[in-house]
Amino acid sequence: MSELQLVQILSPEGELLTDPEYPLEISTEEIRALYRDLVMVRRFDVEATALQRQGELGLWAQSLGQEAAQVGSGRALIPGDYAFPTYREHGVAWAKGVPPEKLLGMYRGINHGGWDPRDNDFHLYTLVIGAQTLHATGYAMGIQRDKSNNAVIAYFGDGATSQGDVNEAFTYASVYHAPVVFFCQNNQWAISQPIESQTKVALYKRAAGFGFPGVRVDGNDVLAVLAVTRAALARARAGEGPTLIEAFTYRMGAHTTSDDPSRYRLAQELDEWKLKDPIARVKSYLIRNSLANEEFFASIEKEAEAMASKLRSDIVDAEDPYVEAIFDHVYAEPHPILEAEKSAYINYLESFTEGEKK
Amino acid sequence: MITLGKAINMGLRRALTEDPKVLVMGEDVGKLGGVFRVTENLQSEFGEDRIIDTPLAESGILGTAIGLALRGYRPVCEIQFDGFVYPAFDQITSQLAKMHARSLGTLKLPVVVRIPYGGGIGAVEHHSESNETYFAHTAGLRVVTCSNPNDAYWMMQQAIQSDDPVIFFEPKRRYWDKAEVNEEAPSLGLHQTRTVQEGSDLTLISYGPTVRTAIEVAAVCAKEGRSVEVMDLRTLSPLDLAPVFESAQKTGRVVILHEAPTFLGLGAEIASQITEECFYSLDAPVLRVGGFNVPYPPARLEEHYLPDLDRTLDAIDRAFAF
Repeated sequence: MSELQLVQILSPEGELLTDPEYPLEISTEEIRALYRDLVMVRRFDVEATALQRQGELGLWAQSLGQEAAQVGSGRALIPGDYAFPTYREHGVAWAKGVPPEKLLGMYRGINHGGWDPRDNDFHLYTLVIGAQTLHATGYAMGIQRDKSNNAVIAYFGDGATSQGDVNEAFTYASVYHAPVVFFCQNNQWAISQPIESQTKVALYKRAAGFGFPGVRVDGNDVLAVLAVTRAALARARAGEGPTLIEAFTYRMGAHTTSDDPSRYRLAQELDEWKLKDPIARVKSYLIRNSLANEEFFASIEKEAEAMASKLRSDIVDAEDPYVEAIFDHVYAEPHPILEAEKSAYINYLESFTEGEKK
Repeated sequence: MITLGKAINMGLRRALTEDPKVLVMGEDVGKLGGVFRVTENLQSEFGEDRIIDTPLAESGILGTAIGLALRGYRPVCEIQFDGFVYPAFDQITSQLAKMHARSLGTLKLPVVVRIPYGGGIGAVEHHSESNETYFAHTAGLRVVTCSNPNDAYWMMQQAIQSDDPVIFFEPKRRYWDKAEVNEEAPSLGLHQTRTVQEGSDLTLISYGPTVRTAIEVAAVCAKEGRSVEVMDLRTLSPLDLAPVFESAQKTGRVVILHEAPTFLGLGAEIASQITEECFYSLDAPVLRVGGFNVPYPPARLEEHYLPDLDRTLDAIDRAFAF
């Protein structure tokens, strides 16, 4: 795939490169902040995985390895830019300021989405593959009608590009010049299926067929992702329509904690991608250029441990929902049949005392 | 006197005038005014940003409507024909219907989905289905259908005002039926069953395109000395069955008439509930008249599929034979 484009600003060895098409003005302080983001997001994911292994979560979808794609794109957003995630965008949620423990509610079985999307302009996780790309496009059509200066970013994976909804979203966004950025994290695997089973062409090249630009970026390079996403968002804001970004990355973990990748992929592939780790290269850059010392790294580790510890107690102490929640919020307006079902069931429950029927 | 199709057009126009957040979107709804002309002249009056001609992709219509609703708009989507709604089925049943609950009540999805439905117009395949049960069976949706121009005018506006998603079934073979429309005030709320005409011997329940059939049936029965009470459900989810129970307790005999297949159709649910609520008042089992459990037949055979005056009279005879 050497003939294919791959925008890179920070090499896996931590060397700062320049890409004339994507100039990035960034201070050392900002790079240090990105490093902190990456470490925090990985620590969050490690803790959530452990919580699942210990039975505190029913399931977990790991973001391990995809931190740079998520943090880089998430940090490119400005206030008011709306993000439509899949179920794995923990790093984007972090960048958007969603309280980490909120992301765990659905995986613990407390709810199907436990945050108010309007608080952080971060939509609920969507499990049906690709469905959210149309919501993002419609939201962007609303932004157009409001004559607002914001943009929308739609997240999806390589597998989702086979879905009809994603292709319909590309079509709608293209013909309406909707201010939406399609951010595809090509992590090479859709559960057990490699990218080759989804497409015969590089994903970013598909955009051309829909009439908008596509760009492939090193998804493990937080600086390149930031630069490329900023450019795409600027283009959307200028009324020039959508862009497809293919963030070339790798799913270092399983699809979810219920999956077993050893059944379908080689450990050697994982080892090769470990050399391209998104966090290690930022650390190398900072050390190599004496931009951070041991004290800096230690303080972030400490902060990450504290966050993980709070996450653990927050989720272990989380209360189960009350029974009436089954019926609440199905409709926004009163619904007599649901009210009748609810009161009948509550009366039924109340007819029991300590397990005995009254 | 105006047609049912024109009444919907007037209802849309009034909603568009009163609330700048209301949008109309769908295939051919703008320049053409819709294949049934229901949205005629709306684009020239309200512009292309509000009357949106969409690409030919139904999931896209619904998916982008959801996004627009999240942004504060109130989209009214048109699905061109009943049988073309299935590509949008995921967006309707898994996204539109469930997003309010998924968000624990924080997000509202005021989206109306207009679906011309039912047969009787001699159409090709996929243009004559009555698929309301799929949507009535999905929690989170409201499902309504009109049978006359006055209801069409008011129910469309009430559906648009609802903060919940509403699937609005339009009886396409009645688009050209004419009647008076009272533009002053609605006579009923969106989710209320109407007693079309009172009777004492049998309750005939229907909705949408077969309400007119039911009225014709009642007229024939009257000549035979049978007094039939005709009810127009109007709301399929939630059902408003209190007036139906009251009627069944009065008459003791109930026949339910709809175009959809009787197997697991609305009639099955209604019959079950009447049995639970009115068991000791019934003189006969609740009977159903409807479509067969088959794919909608070719046009040359549809008169055999569609429940008509004679098949309904036959069911009424059977109800009286008990």
